[in-house]
Amino acid sequence: MTLDPNAKLPETEEGTVVYNTDPLIVRSHYEIDYIHSYAQDSEFFRALGRKKLMGSKCKKCGYVYATPRSHCMMCGAETEWYELPLKGRVHTFTTCYFSGEEFLNETPFNLVMVEFDGVNSLFMSRLIGAETKDIYIGMPVRAKFRRNLKMNVTDVYFVPDVER
Amino acid sequence: MKEKPRNVYMVAGGVTKFAKASPEMDFRLRVKKAFDYAMNDAGLTLADIDGSVASYFSDHFQRQLMSGIMVQDYLGLVPKPSKRIEGGGATGGLAFQAGYEEIASGRMDTVAVYGFETMSHVNTWKGNEFIALASDTNFDYPIGGFYTGYYAMMAVRHMYEFGTTVEQMAKVSVKNHGNALHNPYAQSPMKLTVEDVRNAPMVSYPLTRLDVCAMSDGAAVAILASEDKAFEITDHPVLIKGIGTGTDSMRLADRPFGEVPLLPNEKPSDYKGLKYPGVHSFRAGRMAAKEAYEMAGITDPINEIDLIELHDAYTSSEIQTYEDLGLCKYGEGGQFIDEGKPELHGKIPVNPSGGLLAAGHPVGATGIMQAVFMFWQLQHTVKKHFHDDYLQVPNAKRGLIHSHAGTGTYVTVTIMEAAK
Ligand SMILES: [Zn+2]
Repeated sequence: MTLDPNAKLPETEEGTVVYNTDPLIVRSHYEIDYIHSYAQDSEFFRALGRKKLMGSKCKKCGYVYATPRSHCMMCGAETEWYELPLKGRVHTFTTCYFSGEEFLNETPFNLVMVEFDGVNSLFMSRLIGAETKDIYIGMPVRAKFRRNLKMNVTDVYFVPDVER
Repeated sequence: MKEKPRNVYMVAGGVTKFAKASPEMDFRLRVKKAFDYAMNDAGLTLADIDGSVASYFSDHFQRQLMSGIMVQDYLGLVPKPSKRIEGGGATGGLAFQAGYEEIASGRMDTVAVYGFETMSHVNTWKGNEFIALASDTNFDYPIGGFYTGYYAMMAVRHMYEFGTTVEQMAKVSVKNHGNALHNPYAQSPMKLTVEDVRNAPMVSYPLTRLDVCAMSDGAAVAILASEDKAFEITDHPVLIKGIGTGTDSMRLADRPFGEVPLLPNEKPSDYKGLKYPGVHSFRAGRMAAKEAYEMAGITDPINEIDLIELHDAYTSSEIQTYEDLGLCKYGEGGQFIDEGKPELHGKIPVNPSGGLLAAGHPVGATGIMQAVFMFWQLQHTVKKHFHDDYLQVPNAKRGLIHSHAGTGTYVTVTIMEAAK
């Protein structure tokens, strides 16, 4: 017989943060690490370490994408990697004074959509080295790359393309 | 529609008061309140409901998966058929159309479409992060994932292409917050000036805090029925005259530079040299309008629609949407508000309820809230439900509701019409 009517959960010191009692509101923590695969986009991220920006070109219709995709949105055919120029122009921009929690400590920061000669679509990135009042549509910008890679899309960013 | 569907009517609706946080109720009880309001208004019992559609956006906000079935059992609707619909900000509009399809196809005679979102369980910054996860997490999110930033870039390009001004955007905020003063369900009624909007803290240039909607807790319920059932339930059902849905690429960067899909009131020469949609316009909104207008037989939208509830998560997107819906030509959206056309007493009232900006945006409930407010307008029962008839549009016979997901990825347009 293994039945034990005196069985008892061990008591622990850990408690719960209570914000309010009516209604009862408590803190509930959650955290997770993902095993994230860049899959068919992997080459783009590897290439940032070689200071190259890789887009895609459709093998069938020739459409060129500044942000890579392995199949063409226009015709459905497979694309091939296409090396983008490192100089482009601002297609549109903003300066963010707020953001999601992960990026709050980086505000304010500029977001830009970059257009490139001979490329049909755009690329979204950060622009540093310029304030809102200095940024304009058509402004020449140039890609720069981190030396110590974070292995994400922030390994490339843009700066004003001016002589100094 | 490839083939003629059965006629579908809306017969009842209910909404909870939207609030920044209402921790005294969970999502199940909130839906129950809106559901009971609708059921009592139409004199229905649970036995009258054939099935349901659940509408909610994010599992992250509550860290509860399968919230839909929890609502279904709380309402007493198990074991009847149900499903969950999700499509970002357009979740409510898509769910409403899924409910339409249950009746139109002949599968059901009555369906309850219930929408809800509980956004107050995380702080605003974490909420922004969850919403930004609805952008490409390889290419867009890590740059500083923030939806207001994406819309701000679209607004800047709209200003560049068409000369739209920040003052014109601010007028949308003044209008919608002002309308909400007479909507007892609204979260943020405010009497504002253009200066107030421009002087508010900048969120993402050029959008200030008053150009952007807030996060909300809320629920909304719409009950739809077949023709025979609808006229048994009420003398004043509202016909769903047309539905349309459009889509566009998740990444703004992938939007093409092509030609405008024309509405019957437009011609190719209207848009010589305009590269469309680029990042200035919502092609999905245009496609949704085109499909819905074709089904409803609308060829001159501004003269054939009496009022509109549209997805104004940002003041700029309301202006962009005037154009997508063909209320004016592309490029004339700013002038459209300058001329007062979308004001409560203007040519075509837009967001008489206060819209998302002022009524609130509990994502999964939002598109259904629009249907409920439009239903009351077309039934001419605003006074009964708001205890104030200030917002009742006197000639309301045919209305348009418009639901929209992140940077225009999914957009729905539904045309509703008073049956008599
Ligand atoms: Zn192609």
